[in-house]
Amino acid sequence: MLAEVLLLARKDLRIEWRAKVALGQVAPLTLLIVVIFAFALDANAPLLELGAGGLYWVAILYGGTLLTQRSFELETEDGNFDGFRMSSMKVHSLFLGKALALFVQICLLEIVLGPAILLFYDVQVANWALLVTAGVAGTMAFSVCGVLWGVMAAGLRVRTTLLPLLLVPVLAPVLLAGSRAFETALGVRADAGWSWTSLMFVISAVHTVVGLGAFGFLLEES
Amino acid sequence: MSAVVEFEDVVAVTGSFPVLTGVDVSVNEGEIVLVRGENGAGKTSFLRACAGLLRVSAGSARVLGFDMRVDRRTPRRYIGLLGHENNLYRDLWAKEHVEFRAAAGGGPKSDAEAALAKVGFPSTLWSVPISALSAGQRRKVAIASVIATRPRLWLLDEPHAALDAESRTNLNSVLREAASAGATVVFASHESALSKELSSRVITLQGGRVAGDSGAS
Repeated sequence: MLAEVLLLARKDLRIEWRAKVALGQVAPLTLLIVVIFAFALDANAPLLELGAGGLYWVAILYGGTLLTQRSFELETEDGNFDGFRMSSMKVHSLFLGKALALFVQICLLEIVLGPAILLFYDVQVANWALLVTAGVAGTMAFSVCGVLWGVMAAGLRVRTTLLPLLLVPVLAPVLLAGSRAFETALGVRADAGWSWTSLMFVISAVHTVVGLGAFGFLLEES
Repeated sequence: MSAVVEFEDVVAVTGSFPVLTGVDVSVNEGEIVLVRGENGAGKTSFLRACAGLLRVSAGSARVLGFDMRVDRRTPRRYIGLLGHENNLYRDLWAKEHVEFRAAAGGGPKSDAEAALAKVGFPSTLWSVPISALSAGQRRKVAIASVIATRPRLWLLDEPHAALDAESRTNLNSVLREAASAGATVVFASHESALSKELSSRVITLQGGRVAGDSGAS
C-alpha cells in the first residue's frame, strides 16, 4: 500500500511543481493576507502580537482551502475523475496519497508564512518544540479533513463554492486549537498549548479513520 | 468462449433520467463489438455501466464474472476505459502520464514506452507536457494509457476521434491484436466505415435499450 500512496502523492507533487500553483500563487496570496493584517492592526502592536497565532491559522485556513480545491481540480479536469475512480489502487491508498501530497504542500505554505509572522508581527518564539509539533498536528488535521470533504464535493458542479462551505466549519476546531497552541508557543498566553496540540492529533486520527472507512463510498457516490 | 459482459434487463438512471431502460446483451471473450446509435441512445451510459462508473438500478449485470450490483470496483482493475474526454493530467509529460496510469493499474512502468510506440506517438514528444500537445496527440497518449494497463476488457467511447487516417488504421490494428490475444473490445463510434471494418459484431441502441444485434442468435 505504501508504494501506491507514494505513487499518487508523487504524481500530485510533480504536477504542482510544474504548475507552480502552491508556491507561485497560493503562498504569495496568503503572505499578502498576513501583510494586510499587519497593516490593518499596525496601530495596535500588542493586539497584533496577541493575535499572531490566530491570524497565522486564518491565513493557513484560506491557503489550505485553495490547495485542497486545487488537489481535486487535478482529478476532475479533462474527465480525470473517471481515471481516478478506474484506478486499481486500493481506496485507502487513494485517500492517504492525496492527504500526503496536501500535507507536503501545506507544510511548504507554512514554511513561507512562519518567518513572515515573526517578521511582520514582531513576535518571538518561546517554545519551538510546541510550535513545530502544533504546526504538524494542524497540518495533518487539515490534510485529512481536506481530502475527505474534497472528494465529497469533487463530483459536483458547484464544488468551487461548496468545498469552502463544507470545509471551514469542519476545520473550525483545528483553527481554534492551532491558534491556542501557537499563542502558547509564542509566549503570549500561558495556556495548555500541548493539550490543544493533542486535540489536533485526535481530530487527525478521527478524520483519518472516517476517511479510510468512507472514502470508497464517497468516491463512488460523488 | 466465456461471457465477459452479461446484462439482463439492465436499468440505469442518471439523476432522475433513465439512461438505460432494459438492456439485454451478452458479449463474449475475444469479441470486438461496435455499439452504435443516435445521440442520447445510451452508448456512453452502456460503456460506463460496464466499467462500473454508472450504478445499475435494476436487472442483472455481470462483468468479467463480477456482479456489478454488488461490487463495481474490483473488476475495474481488468478494464481499460477511454471516454469522450482523455483523462489526462495536463502538467505531466506524456511518458510520465502513461507510466503513472500503468503503475496505478498495477502494471510495470516499463510498459509505458512500448504502449506509446504502439500508438505511433513519437519518442521526441515523450518529455513534452500534455498541455502542449495537439488534440490527436493527446488522444494517442490516452489510448497508450489504456494499453499500458493491459486490460481484459476495453471500453472505448469514440476512440477514433481526433486521430488522423494513419493513426485510425493503426488503432484498429492494436485493437485486433488485443482481441486475438483474448481481450474483449466494446466501443462506441459514429465512424461507420472504419468501425464496421473493425468490429465482429454490431449492437444498436435506441432509447436506452438494444434495438438490434448482429450477433443475436
